[in-house]
Order: sequence, then structure tokens, then C-alpha cells
Amino acid sequence: MRLPGIDLELERQCAPLPVFAAAVTQAQWSVLAERVADLDGQLATLWAHTMTSAPSINAAYHLREGLLVASLALDDGRTYPDVAALFPAALRLQRAAHDLSGVRANGALDQRPWLRHAAWPAGWYPLCAAPGAAAPGALEPDDYAFVEVAGDGVHEIPVGPVHAGIIEPGHFRFSVVGEKVLRLEARLGYTHKGIAQRFVGLDLASGARVAARVSGDSTVAYGWAYAMAAEGLGGVSPPERAQWLRALLLERERVANHLGDIGAVGNDAAFTFVQTQFALLREEWQRLSHTVFGHRLLMDLVVPGGVARDIDAAAVAALRRQHDAVATTAGRLRRIFDEHAGLQDRLVTTGHISTDIARRLGLTGMAARASGLARDLRADHAWNPYAMLDCRCITQRGGDVAARVAQRFDEMFESLSLQHKLLLGMPPGPTMTTVPDIADRRGFGWVEGWRGPVLVALETAADGRLARAHCHDPSWQNWPALEHAVMGNIVADFPLINKSFNLSYAGHDL
Amino acid sequence: MWQILREIARTGRRTEPAPAPATAWRDETRQLHHDIFDVLGRALAIRHVDAGSCNGCELEIHALANAYYNIEGLGIRFVASPRHADLLLVTGPVSANMVVALERTWQATPDPKLVVAVGDCGCSGGVFGESYACRGRVANVIPVDVTIPGCPPPPIDLLRGILAAVRQR
Repeated sequence: MRLPGIDLELERQCAPLPVFAAAVTQAQWSVLAERVADLDGQLATLWAHTMTSAPSINAAYHLREGLLVASLALDDGRTYPDVAALFPAALRLQRAAHDLSGVRANGALDQRPWLRHAAWPAGWYPLCAAPGAAAPGALEPDDYAFVEVAGDGVHEIPVGPVHAGIIEPGHFRFSVVGEKVLRLEARLGYTHKGIAQRFVGLDLASGARVAARVSGDSTVAYGWAYAMAAEGLGGVSPPERAQWLRALLLERERVANHLGDIGAVGNDAAFTFVQTQFALLREEWQRLSHTVFGHRLLMDLVVPGGVARDIDAAAVAALRRQHDAVATTAGRLRRIFDEHAGLQDRLVTTGHISTDIARRLGLTGMAARASGLARDLRADHAWNPYAMLDCRCITQRGGDVAARVAQRFDEMFESLSLQHKLLLGMPPGPTMTTVPDIADRRGFGWVEGWRGPVLVALETAADGRLARAHCHDPSWQNWPALEHAVMGNIVADFPLINKSFNLSYAGHDL
Repeated sequence: MWQILREIARTGRRTEPAPAPATAWRDETRQLHHDIFDVLGRALAIRHVDAGSCNGCELEIHALANAYYNIEGLGIRFVASPRHADLLLVTGPVSANMVVALERTWQATPDPKLVVAVGDCGCSGGVFGESYACRGRVANVIPVDVTIPGCPPPPIDLLRGILAAVRQR
């Protein structure tokens, strides 16, 4: 990887995908952000590491050639130049970094707290305190400064944090005139559990159990990203069979989520028939996951060093039968879905994000592909076993709810065909190797989960235990884009738009 | 339309018999409201509250509505407001940021009410435990009648636990 106009010493990291790291100065930090923006790169994530004698702020950029992690050493002032003017997705990440670590982005437009509600006082930073330290002081009333929309007939609809359905908690503030949404402002952070602090001091194996519970619907993606980072840190590669089993698990997770969400979009448009049908397919899918892998959501199967469970010939036969059955039934259901005029009327043009807006907001993953951005780690940086499977990057041009549903159908069928190839080509051999705990090392894991790229950055302390673990969910990028997608739509279409993205609260709030 | 009808006929009936209540999961230190079952008959209204879960439990609670478990066929339905609820189904270790919302939801639920804590996190705090951001198990914040273990508990266990909260045997 080379970047024109900036002299950086890039160090290739031990990872199956191209990951580079570089230490930068304050001046280089800003120049680098501009270069990345010029090259049509995106911010992948941003985090502070303050539980060390050399505190730093880190930005990971997603470029055509791979991932570039820039680390800026922080002086006593604990400030760094803002990058949100170039990458809007950085704004909430910078606010979160301040809430947790007390580092501030100079010149950022929005300095309101984000993850800190009232559970701990301003000026106390959990990632600067001793691991396990409780917050000083009692709970105070919480008063968040929402942006107010003024004008004749404008009123607000507050929703949450406890929602009307079986959903995660978050607050949505709609500013509406009549039925039309002028502005939606989300306030998240309700499920903040202090995961970053929880990781500190854990050994690599115990950390894997926490990583698997960052976002339950993406447990395989987090498990794999964490394992990839731990293996990079230890300088080992998992056995080939384990890599193939991991891909099989990740693709199973992708299909399970699409089955659930496609039905739920239909349900939100009052077409309960598809919900009933897809819920049956999803239940059968989860039951076979339990039979073959011992867990309905495939939790704790991807572990540092390999996978916890192997499959036999009978399992392969059962999986292949299910792939064929789901492909047939879902194919029939798609025709009904596509030909239902009343349903399509609700989906087409609803919650639209153009390619240009998607690029400017840094939209990522499945939703970005539905808006025409061809980015998929499995195709762009195909690591093993994807490198041997000829994985296609599927896109749509519509950018509306209908396009995201079509994207999910297409990705589901592509995933079923990938799983077919995985079962046919799976090499024999062991499924586990030992991962050594190496002191003072960094490791990075980057995996295309069903929602988008999941990133895990690990750093060990002098005793080989975790000093910092940063988990990044694609929802960070896509929540602000959802707010944009809702503008100009009617309130009643919000559930449809929301479900077409189905973003994670837990993965974002950490 | 005929395509839809054909698909429905092809699918047939998939609902399975309900499991027996898991009476062992009832909280022993707290006396169950034995009269609730008489008052409610077989009908029950549930308000779900995610107090900080990883969303794994939510996926399995959703599954209760599919035709295999057919929870509505047992007279149990999920309602949109705590004011309409007989039972709160609470997931997650309670995050500090959700304490107020959970307490208010509990207060808004009319008496007599039941609380079922779902999952290892709801039972004990799970892998997250207690910290500056986390209050641990649900019982640390509101009174709990039944705890359903599992990470996440499969739908059949959710059904066993919910039935244990409302049925005498």
C-alpha cells in the first residue's frame, strides 16, 4: 500500500487480510485523513487507548488496498485533530472516545456526550480508571440536548428507549409536520455495558466469550474477527479445515438473519403471510444449527486457534438437504413477495439513500451495496477460504427498502451457493491449533458479517493479557444514514425502513 | 392469491405441543402469586424489556411467535405498553443507562404483576457481571419471580419459564 503525498512507514500486520499500521504525527494525522478521502477511502473505526503509559488515538481507514491503522500518540492535553469534517461517521465515534477515555477531537462540531448518559459523572473516564472500578457519585437526572426543529406546525414524537415491539432499547426523536418526518435524531447508548473495560485483564480465551456476546445476531462475525486478531497477535494461522468451517458458520449466520429480516419487513407492511413462512424457515435453520453445531445461534464455536466443533458426513448431508430446501422455498416466496403490488407499493422509493449520499456518509456493508457501492471484504480482499470460492460482490442501484430486500434475497442465494461449495471442498485435517499469549503485541481481525465489516483490534499488556480490545460494528456508520433515509418519509414507514437495515444497538453501545 | 393459498396448504400445520412448566425455575425466596392464574385464566399479556442484552435473547423471544411454538395459540400475547401487561419479560444484564427505564416500566405495570428474567445475563449478570456501566442481574433492580437460564435460552425453555410463572403446577 502506498499513499501519495504523505511519507508513512507502513508496517504489514500478521492477518489474512491486508492490514497495515503506521505511527503518525499530529500533522500527518490530518493529512492522512485528507489523502484517504481523496482516494475514496472510508473511516472503518476510531478508538482511544489510554490504559497504557503511551496513550494513543487510533483511526482505521478502509482503502482499496486494505485496512490502514494510524496511531497518534497523545500528549498531556489529550486532544487530536477532528476527522469528522471529512468522515461524518467519525462524529459519534469521537464523542464515544471522549466519554470512555477523556480524549477530545479539536474542532469537532458536536461535543455532546454519547455513551455517557447519567450513569457516571462528567470528568470521570472508565478507560482511564483501574479495571473494574465503579463510577463515583450517584445517578443524576439525564438531560440530553436534542436538536430542535422550529416552524409552524412542527411537533416532536419521542419513542423509546423501551420500544413497542421485541426490540433493543434506543430513543428516537421524530420532528414531524403532519405525517411527514422532517428530522429524526437517534439517541443510543442505552445498552452500554462497559465491554471495553470488561476485556481489560482477560486472557485471550476468556475474551472470546465476551466478543461472542457483543451483538448476538453477529456472534460468528465477532467470534471470527476476535479469533483473527488473537491469531495475528500470536503469529499463528488456524488449520485449513477450521478456516472452511468458520466460513460455513459465518454464511449460516448471514442466511439466518436474512430469513428473519425479510419476513419482518413483510410483517411491518401488514403482509403476515411472508412473516409466517420465513419464520418457519428460520426456525428450521436454527434447529439444524443446534443439531449439527450444538447452538441455535452458533455462539462460542469460533475460538482463537480454530473452531470448537467439527462436522461429520451425516451432518454434511443434512446441511446440503437444508440448503436445497431453503433455496427452493425461498425462491417461491420471493416470487410472491415481488409480485405483490400492495407490498411493493410500500417498499419502492421508501427510505431512499442515493449512491452519492451513501458514499458521503460512509454507509457500509449490505446497506451500502443496496445503494450501489460495491464493497465486500469477501470479494475485495478474499482471504481463505473465500479466495478459493470465487465470491461475487452483489449490488443494487435502488437504495430504497425494496433494494435492501432484493439485496438480502440475492445475498442469501449467493450465500447458499457458497455454503454448497464449502461443503464440497472442505479439506480434512485438524480444527484447532494453540495460540500463544504474547506480551505487548497488537492484532487485528476484519470480517464481512451479514450486516457489514466487523473489526476487532486487540492489544496485550506485559503479562500477555488484554490491555485493550476494541470491537467495531458496522451499525456505527449506518445509524446516521438511517436518520437520513427517514427524512421526507411518513412516520408509519419508519418501521419498514428501520427493519430493512436492522442495525445493532448492542454492537454499537458496547 | 392462489400462489399464497397453495403455499399455505403446502406448509400445513407445524405447531408442536406446549412443554410442561419448569417449576424448578420459580424463585424460591419469593412467594408466587398463586391467585394470578385464577384471575387470568389461560390468557396472559407480556411486555418485553431489553435492559441491556446482546440481542441474542431477543432473537429467541421472536421465535416464540413462529408456528412451531405458536405462543398466541396458548393465549399468550406480547403487548406494546406495560400498562396492558401482566408479566414483564426482561433480558440482559441491566445496564446503568437502562435502570430508570426499567424501573419506570415496572411501575407502569399494574398489580398483580409477574417478572421473568431471561438468560444467563438476566439471571446472574452473565459474562458482563457488575461494573460502572452494568448493574448485573435483573433482580438487583426489580423483584423477579422466575429466572430462565441459557445463553440464550431456546424458545422451548422460554415457554417453560413463562408457564412456570403463571401456572400452579
